[in-house]
Formats: sequence, C-alpha cells, structure tokens
Amino acid sequence: MALDAKIPGGPISEKWDRHRFELKLVNPANKRKFDVIVVGTGLAGGSASASLAELGYNVKTFCIQDSPRRAHSISAQGGINAAKNYPNDGDSIWRLFYDTVKGGDFRAREANVYRLAQVSNDIIDQCVAQGIPFARDYGGLLDNRSFGGAQVSRTFYARGQTGQQLLLGAYSAMMRQVAAGKVQMFPRREMLDVVVVDGHAKGIVARNLISGEIERHAADAVVLCTGGYGNVFFLSTNAMASNVTAAYRAYKKGAFFANPCFTQIHPTCIPVHGTYQSKLTLMSESLRNDGRVWVPKNQGDNRKPDQIPESERDYFLERKYPSFGNLVPRDVASRNAKEQCDIGKGVGETGHAVYLDFADAINRDGRDVIEKKYGNLFQMYEKIMAENPYEAPMMIYPAIHYTMGGLWVDYNLMSNVPGLFVLGEANFSDHGANRLGASALMQGLADGYFVLPYTIGGYLTGTPKADVTTGHKAFDESEKQVTDGINRMLAIDGKRTVDDFHKTLGHIMWDYCGMARTNEGLAMAQTMIQELRAEFWENVRVPGNTADFNQSLERAGRVADFLEFGELMIIDALARQESCGGHFNEKFETEEHEALRDDDNFCHVAAWEHTGDGQEPEFHKEPLVFENVKLTQRSYK
Amino acid sequence: MTKTINLTLKVWRQQGPKDKGRFETYHAKNISTDMSFLEMLDVVNDQLTIDDKEPIAFDHDCREGICGMCGCVVNGRAHGAEKGTTLCQLHMRHFDNGDTIAIEPFRAMAFKAIKDLAVDRSALDKIIQAGGYVSVNTGGAQDANAILVPQEVADLAMDAAQCIGCGACVAACPNASAMLFTSAKVSQLALLPQGMPEAAKRALNMVRTMDELGFGNCTNERECEAECPKEISITNIARLNREYLNAGFFSRSI
Ligand SMILES: Cc1cc2nc3c(=O)[nH]c(=O)nc-3n(C[C@H](O)[C@H](O)[C@H](O)COP(=O)(O)OP(=O)(O)OC[C@H]3O[C@@H](n4cnc5c(N)ncnc54)[C@H](O)[C@@H]3O)c2cc1C
Ligand code: SF4
Ligand code: FES
Repeated sequence: MALDAKIPGGPISEKWDRHRFELKLVNPANKRKFDVIVVGTGLAGGSASASLAELGYNVKTFCIQDSPRRAHSISAQGGINAAKNYPNDGDSIWRLFYDTVKGGDFRAREANVYRLAQVSNDIIDQCVAQGIPFARDYGGLLDNRSFGGAQVSRTFYARGQTGQQLLLGAYSAMMRQVAAGKVQMFPRREMLDVVVVDGHAKGIVARNLISGEIERHAADAVVLCTGGYGNVFFLSTNAMASNVTAAYRAYKKGAFFANPCFTQIHPTCIPVHGTYQSKLTLMSESLRNDGRVWVPKNQGDNRKPDQIPESERDYFLERKYPSFGNLVPRDVASRNAKEQCDIGKGVGETGHAVYLDFADAINRDGRDVIEKKYGNLFQMYEKIMAENPYEAPMMIYPAIHYTMGGLWVDYNLMSNVPGLFVLGEANFSDHGANRLGASALMQGLADGYFVLPYTIGGYLTGTPKADVTTGHKAFDESEKQVTDGINRMLAIDGKRTVDDFHKTLGHIMWDYCGMARTNEGLAMAQTMIQELRAEFWENVRVPGNTADFNQSLERAGRVADFLEFGELMIIDALARQESCGGHFNEKFETEEHEALRDDDNFCHVAAWEHTGDGQEPEFHKEPLVFENVKLTQRSYK
Repeated sequence: MTKTINLTLKVWRQQGPKDKGRFETYHAKNISTDMSFLEMLDVVNDQLTIDDKEPIAFDHDCREGICGMCGCVVNGRAHGAEKGTTLCQLHMRHFDNGDTIAIEPFRAMAFKAIKDLAVDRSALDKIIQAGGYVSVNTGGAQDANAILVPQEVADLAMDAAQCIGCGACVAACPNASAMLFTSAKVSQLALLPQGMPEAAKRALNMVRTMDELGFGNCTNERECEAECPKEISITNIARLNREYLNAGFFSRSI
C-alpha cells in the first residue's frame, strides 16, 4: 500500500493556510449530526474533546483514570515551547521549525513540523485566556526560559508544574462542554479494540473498569489520544497506567505503526535504587539551565562530592560541547552519562549516576532565586532521596521518558485507516528520532486545539455518512475477540505475577533496545521476548474475575500487548541500519561517538503493517523529503 | 542508609458498595525503607497473588504526587502523617520496625465506595463542571501578553492552582466539606483578570453544586489545610466567601 502523507503543495509557510482553505467545511447545523469518539484525556484528548464540542460535534470521551484531569500529561514539569520571541533573542517560527527538525535528527516530516511551529503561538494565547497561571516577570509579562537543546528562551512555564496547569486548562474547557451536554465523559474505561466497518473506523469496544462490563460505542470517527508506550521498559517516567494497548489494538486492526524503535531516554532522572521500584521520577531538564553535570576525574573515586576538589572533577558536557554545554539535546546528554558510568566514573551506591550540581548557581543567584525556579523539584528530590539538593549535588541517571514512534498519520493526523485519527504522543508525526524538551506539550495541544478541529471536518464532509450502530456484526466480532482474550488470561492460573513478567520484559528492552543497541543484542532480545511471551501465556497468574474492579487483569492485558509490541520495536530497530537521535546502533557512530545517519538509505519513516499473529509485519516506507532544511550531521560542539 | 523493616497492616477490605467491609491483617516483611508506601503495597499484593488471595485494590497512577489519583487514610491521617505529601510520595523511612499501620479509604458521603481502598470521587469533577473554568472557546484569543498580570497575583493564583483534586481535604474534614478544593479553583480564577468577569457567578454555582452533591458545610475546622498534600491555604476559603457574598449581592441587584 502506498503511503500518501497528503502534504499540501506550495511553499512550506503557506501550506497550512492553503490546506485550511481547501478543506471542506461542515455546515454548522450538520455538526451536531456527527458523533466523535475521543480516547484519552491528556493534553491531546482534552483539548480535542473541548474544541470539537465547542464546534458542535457530539463528543464521547474515554479515559482510564477516575477523572480526566489525571491523565499522564499532568506530570509534565518543565514547560511548553512557542515561537513568540518575547525575549527578543532571535526566535521565530522558522527557527523553532528548524530546531525541531534538526533536534529530531532529520527524521520528521517537514510540513508537519512547520505547522506545529506556526500554531505554537496560538496555544500560549489560548492557555492564558483560560486562566493558566504561567510564570511572570516583575513587569507582569510572561516569563520565558531556555530549555534542553535550545539557544533561545522560548519555553513558557508554570513553576515546575506546567503539564498540570495546561492539562487543567484543557480539562476545564472540557468540563464546560460536559456541563453544556456536548461532551459525554466515560472515565474508568479502557478501550480494547477499534471497530472497523467497510475499512472505516466506526467505534470502539471498551471495558468498564469498575463493573468489568464490555461496552460498545459507535461514532462517525475515532480519535486516539492515548499517549506513549514508554512503559514497555517497565521502569520509566510514565504514569503506571500508560500503555500501548489502544495503539497496538488499532495496529492489529490495520493501522500502521511508525518508527516504534524511536524512544527517548531522558538524562535527568532519579537513579534506580531497588528491585521493588515501580517507576522512575524525572527531574525536569530545566534543571540543566542552572545545574552543572559532572563526575570525578578518576575512576572509582568514592569520596563525598564536597571532598572532591574542582580540579578533580570532570564537567564532561561542558568539556565536550563548549557551545551547548549542559544544554545539549537529551540523547546526547544521556549517552554521555552512560558512557561515564560505563568507564567506571559513575557515583552513588550503584555507580549508575552522575552529579547535577547547583552550588555555582546558588552562589551566583542566591538560594531564593533557585528555590523560586525549582523549589518543588528540589522538594521532590529530597522526599525520594532523603538528601538536601541545596547542600549536596543531586544524583541523576537517564531513564525512558518519551516515545517518538507511534501510529502513522498523514498531514491531517489521520492514520491509514480512514476515520481513525491519532493525536499527541500516540502518533509519530513531529519529533523524528528525538524530541526536544518542551515540545510534547506543544504538540499535544497543537493537535487537539488547532489541527484536528479543521482536518476532521475534511474527512466527515468527504465521506458518505454510514450510520453504523453497535448492533453491527463488526461490534460482535470485536467484543468476542476482547472477551476471549480476557477469559484466556484468567484461565491460565500460573505461577508468576503480571509485574514479574513486565519487569523481565523491561530488563530485556533496557539492555538491548535502550540507549545503545547492537545487531547481535537486538537479535538475541527478539528470541528472549518470544520465549517470555510464550511463558506468559502458560504461566501468568491473574487473580480474581472479569466482572469486577480487577486491577491485576487490567495490567495483564497491557503487559500482554507490550510483550508483542516489544518485538515490533526490535524488528524496527534491526531494520534501521543507521543511528539517528534516540536510536543508537553502536555499529554506526562517528569518531566522536555521535549518531551516524545514513541518509541515502534511511531517510524515511518506517511504517509497519500487522499481517497476523506470530507473523513478520510488513514494511512500508514513507520517504522523507527535505526541501527547506539542509541535511547535516548534528553537531552541538 | 537503606534498611529493612517488618510491619503489621490492618487494611480495609470491601468487595463493593453493598458489602459492609472489614479490616484484615497482613504482614509486610523485609520492607526497604527506601520504598514508597505504594511500593510497599505492591509487595504485599504480589504475595497475596502468589498465595491465591485477592490483592488489595487501591488507586494510583503518576506516583509522583501530581495526578491526585492515590490517597488513603493511614493511621487516621489522609495521605499519612508527613506534611505536604501524597501517599505515593510517603516513604517507608517514616515508619519503624514493628509498627502496626491502619489503612482505610477516604470516607465521605459524596465519595461512593468502589472496592477496598478505591472510592468514587467524580463529585469533584461535577463541582468543576458547575463553573471551574473561564468561558472561552478555542481560537481567537488575543496576544498572551496583552494583559499584564502582576507577578504576586500570578504567584497567588498558582498557589491555588496547584490543587491535585485528590479529595484528602474532604476525607479529613469532620463535615466532609469540599470547601478547600472548591475555593482553590474559585481563587485561582478570581485572582486572574481572565477569570474575574465570572468570579461571583462561578463561586455561587460551584458552592451550590457542592452542597447538592452531599458535601458538608465548612465550619472552620482547618483539618483540610493540615492534610492537604499541596498545602493549599484556607485563605482561599476566605476569598471564596468574599466572592460568594458578592454573588448574593449581584443576584439581588439584577
Ligand atoms: C515526567 C514527565 C515530564 C514531562 N515533561 C514535559 C515537559 O516539560 N514538556 C513537554 O513538552 N513534555 C513533557 N513530557 C512529555 C509529555 O508530558 C507527554 O508527551 C504528553 O503529555 C502526552 O500527552 P498525550 O495527550 O499524548 O497523552 P497522555 O497525557 O499520556 O494521555 C493519555 C490518555 O489516554 C488515556 N488512555 C490510554 N490508553 C487508553 C485506553 N486503552 N483506553 C482508554 N483511555 C486510554 C489515558 O487515560 C489518558 O487519559 C513529560 C513527560 C513525563 C513522563
Ligand atoms: S485542596 Fe488539597 S487536599 Fe483538597 S483536593 Fe486539592 S490538593 Fe487534595
Ligand atoms: S499516584 Fe499520582 S498523586 Fe499519588
């Protein structure tokens, strides 16, 4: 099947305007005749639900948590980018576009990224109008800071809780539409299948997580905003319920999965400290603005940090990358931290940590200033580590944080299954092989507030209205498949817990498909996952039954999907015989250990099609064309 | 330094809203003091699963103190005794070897029981639906810097906006009032110029809805402030009361 990204013609700066003009409009009176299902209430789903309802569509929105306000987006800390250029430091739409394409190591689609940069300013205006208390300067203007990988200050923030505030803004807008009767909210539901009728997405099958009932919901279009799949690694900075299930089940229904091996490791997380650990905590990378990263110059130096004199410290990022210093992109910072630990310079009890030191910043600006900027992060660190970061340097280590891969979508954010749209982290579209800091919030809200409300109209007007009801046989089949899967899991009654399998899978993924990959390791990991999956279906123990609030069963379903999806990531990683961004294959590196791309052979999106259980997926290629940005070797020296 | 402790847990078990519920005793052994409270429950649940018993149901998601999904009453205190801490951020280093810990759900008339430690807090969403927003549609907003907001005002609004909607204030209040929660949203929006036009009406509608949902009245017990993991101040309640009085005045004058 040919992958047509449907990129509009014309110069890049005019594509979106032109496309919006060319898209057919839905007559206002007709909008109320269309039902739209939105799965997920993070920044993408929350903003999409509110905006579609405001336009007049009937929206049905689903989420796993007990309230839409709790979606994983809530935990984003650092900030959101926009090309406002308020600080007058040389930013522009073009620069944000350029930085994002380059930061993504030239594996993103130019037209999408340009549009993202274009609407970024509208997002900030919208959020301020909603009453989001962004940080302000003394004059009452919005404050900006620079953020990982950017040389301009374009990041807007609300203390260390930007995601929370943005999400509550979208949530409030959505609650307003719930009150108006235009959004019907279904919390504590897990979508377990997309229902496809005559090739078009026409509904979903979901499990009511309290009663266990399997529910059917029909609509004229389905919008997945179900977040990223970082939890395939078990330990990640994602919330516990973050999963691949929604996206993966859509994949099994024909939607292509793009670049699954593009995952992001975040350099500044609290290090792993025990096998019981259930998740990793991010320390926002805004900390790298003022914190300096270092390790002892000598291997095995286990003196306390304050006893190591300046001359015996290696500020390795500042040394290796003089112009970006501690602000190099995430993948570069992470790999360098790993490298230092691998050569025995790591610190802390496990040796898997480097220092992030605020002593100089506190001396320079005073403790008050630092507290004002990062107070809640320091507090969080102290709670977890029982150590005061105002006095001793923090210890940090990279952790899985974000997934650039996701369901393939065209310029309209529609997957190859007509009527199935994918927004936010769940799609693959804007970040290429590496995402810049503060750009995920921007993308989620861009997709939901400013892109989908236009593009979905184009689909709905251009498609004959088929009034599919939940009595359709496609719903029967979906429901049967879902119910059979659940019953099969409950019947196994084996010896190992779901978490136990999940942890094992996580170790395999982290060791072989994590920060650095090799062909041999990947091949080995593929076999290991196949074996683990086989064992899962014979030996997992899922207590309780289905007609109940059964959290073990919820997790079991998600882990079952991760066990299949992990293999897809590995297949993708093996197929991409180059290094780029977050995908680092040790065979392909520059002399300075940077990712070495192969633009002749891999300047494309790899989109995978499901061909049946246990069968090799089929590869589809979307070539990436760069007309506006010149392909160069990324350098942050 | 990491060490391990042994604990006795008295955990509230309740099959569903119709079940009466009771405490059951469990032993949590070799618990690392670096674990969080929820990780300790994970360990207990793993053992229950292996022993062919039903694990304890409890809500959680972010495990970093921001989503507001977790929360139980631990030894009589919502989210446990540590100040400004959600249950997921409560670490076992605050307990001693041999301690007995009682764990119960958040109880309030407006929070229906679901199972064990999980309760239904959707009433809090309903309060927000009654007016916890600025009535703007997407699109066409003026430039974000067009209206200046003094830094102190933005800071105060942010203090209130930090509420995570966990419901601990309700569980801690002898009247099961949701005043702290409601006042946090009313304050945030009343302080900012964008929210001011609807401030009075918002206060009136949100408080009315709160009453209708079965939350109690505020009689200044201050338990809410003491237990709030985000240290939301009760000065927000005073601000809400001002808006509420304005609203009364306002509605008479039309
Ligand atoms: C700790 C942390 C800090 C971050 N900080 C920043 C930052 O400072 N700046 C930045 O730009 N980005 C940041 N990010 C990334 C950013 O937060 C996420 O990429 C973004 O919020 C994702 O939003 P989303 O709407 O796509 O999905 P999510 O917010 O993950 O929402 C997913 C939604 O889908 C629902 N869902 C999932 N599966 C199902 C299912 N099967 N059925 C029903 N519902 C389902 C969930 O309930 C939820 O409502 C951070 C991420 C983390 C982990
Ligand atoms: S006011 Fe505090 S205790 Fe009450 S819901 Fe908000 S954060 Fe929780
Ligand atoms: S689990 Fe999110 S606040 Fe505790």
